[in-house]
Amino acid sequence: MNWKAFVAMLQRDWRVARRNFAFLLVQTMLQPMLFVFVFGRVMTRSGFMPPEYKSLLLPGIIAIAMMFSGIMGVAMPLIGEFQYTREIEDRLLAPIAIEWVALEKIVAGALQALVSGLVVIPAAWLVMGSGVDISFHAPVIFLAFATLVSLLAASIGLALGCFISQTTIGLMFSLFVTPMIMFGSTYYPWSALAVYPWLQRAVLVNPLVYASEGFRAALVPQFPHLPLWIDSIALAAFVAIFLTLGLRLFRKKAIA
Amino acid sequence: MSTPVGVSTGLDVRAEGLRKVFRTSQAPGGPGGGQPFAARTTLKGRATTSDVLALDGLTLEVNAGEIFGLLGPNGAGKSTTVGALTTRVRPTGGRAFIGPHDVWRETVAVKRLIGVVQQTPNLDYSLTAGEILSFHAAYFGMSRAEREAKALALLDRFRLGDRAGQLVMGFSGGLKQRLSIARAMMHGPRVLFLDEPSAGLDPQTRLLLWEIIREYNAAGRTIVLTTHNMEEADAMCGRVAIVDHGRVIALGTPAELKRSVPGGYVVRVQFDAPPAALVEALKAFEGVTDVRAAGDNALDLYADRGGPLVPQIVARAAAAGLGISDVHISAPSLENLFLHHTGRSLRE
Repeated sequence: MNWKAFVAMLQRDWRVARRNFAFLLVQTMLQPMLFVFVFGRVMTRSGFMPPEYKSLLLPGIIAIAMMFSGIMGVAMPLIGEFQYTREIEDRLLAPIAIEWVALEKIVAGALQALVSGLVVIPAAWLVMGSGVDISFHAPVIFLAFATLVSLLAASIGLALGCFISQTTIGLMFSLFVTPMIMFGSTYYPWSALAVYPWLQRAVLVNPLVYASEGFRAALVPQFPHLPLWIDSIALAAFVAIFLTLGLRLFRKKAIA
Repeated sequence: MSTPVGVSTGLDVRAEGLRKVFRTSQAPGGPGGGQPFAARTTLKGRATTSDVLALDGLTLEVNAGEIFGLLGPNGAGKSTTVGALTTRVRPTGGRAFIGPHDVWRETVAVKRLIGVVQQTPNLDYSLTAGEILSFHAAYFGMSRAEREAKALALLDRFRLGDRAGQLVMGFSGGLKQRLSIARAMMHGPRVLFLDEPSAGLDPQTRLLLWEIIREYNAAGRTIVLTTHNMEEADAMCGRVAIVDHGRVIALGTPAELKRSVPGGYVVRVQFDAPPAALVEALKAFEGVTDVRAAGDNALDLYADRGGPLVPQIVARAAAAGLGISDVHISAPSLENLFLHHTGRSLRE
């Protein structure tokens, strides 16, 4: 394993992220912040939603922000680098096994997701105003779980980035990302779906469900949630699946 | 683990019976193509994908320190050959080596020894020209001081010095090509692969490029370049392999290859008076296949030799009381050679 090359690639991504900082911030933050403003502030203040909804919403927003930024942070550059600029070829020719080029993308994307999660918490808190009742009673568990969510987001990004072509990026959003968010137990707890038992069972294939429910377990245990251990096991399993799939697709794309 | 440079001896590149079949959906970028040879059919008999044979048992050896050319028309398999020698194309059959390392078993060791300039530009659009060189060298473990000095020197050599701080997004094709080659030289690879290095370049840039490539070669490094330009192969390469349909169909120095074609020399002789009376006598010279008028006072001799004919021509002209004002010998070209071997022109 050639750590020098691996670290140099991380430094390259860090340089680019710094250069595109404003762009990245808008890409990952704008959508969750708009949701927070409309559902967490406007709807609660006008009385259409109870004030407690703010606390229920926040974990879901963290999950969305992290998932979205991790997926985008890996998939979008990959799609461009493989098909448009072909710039990944320089890294494929670096003296390192090509799997590590993909894993470097995972690490960079996971870091991006983690930062988004950590930034979105105070930002959302600020936007929603008073009455947010969350507790960081177990910071280590929270961070460990957040890391798992970040890795999952980046792994999904790798698989999607190698699977989707430049012409079908739009389809990726409407077919994959949007349903994932709507059925990801983000704006409501998973238990709320009990009114549609078939749907409640169906959404269990959505990894975002476990991320949202896990953050609920860690931050707002007063609301119904799937237990943290189940969430963690499910996320770990999804990481394994998407990472394996992503690495296989990456290899197929990298070598003719 | 800094730059693994050193003047190498022996064989640097070896391909043994390389074979590559592409499914059409995964054919590599660029104008390459190969030839479809089998249609895959489903049970219902509908064709779904057809396979393309890009390499058909290609074998070649490149000596350390030589400039080796792969000459052939678009789609002959040149880029696929480069891909198979540089870890980017997995051959369906056959083996490839860089130095002592098997390209498929020891990819990392191989990648340390090679620098590759692809046919399609693949520069990092998010970085400046200087950063592109510096990060590339960082992947190869060069220290910051070392790579920054080298980047400056190479940018200067490629006349890109004033571009160091610019993003490459708006660069012209020629600028991108120069930067791509500079990048491939950053880590001082023992074998430098250049896929169509001068395609689309203006004449001055092409000459600059040739000069830099020769310099790099003079430092003891091996160069493998592909081209469909016979002039380039002729000017640059110590040896040339002519590739067609994924096979090497002729191999040798440009001069040897050209000599292998019967006839092919053209000797143009400019006289100071109309030479009509000489035509029959010149036709009788050994090796001359045809003599045609080329303007009022000139004759073209088509022959299998050039220089050796000149003394006879001069003597014969003097005997006939004619003076000679100019003689020009055109050696057989690789273009003629390709035509001879394939029945097709390189430009087709």
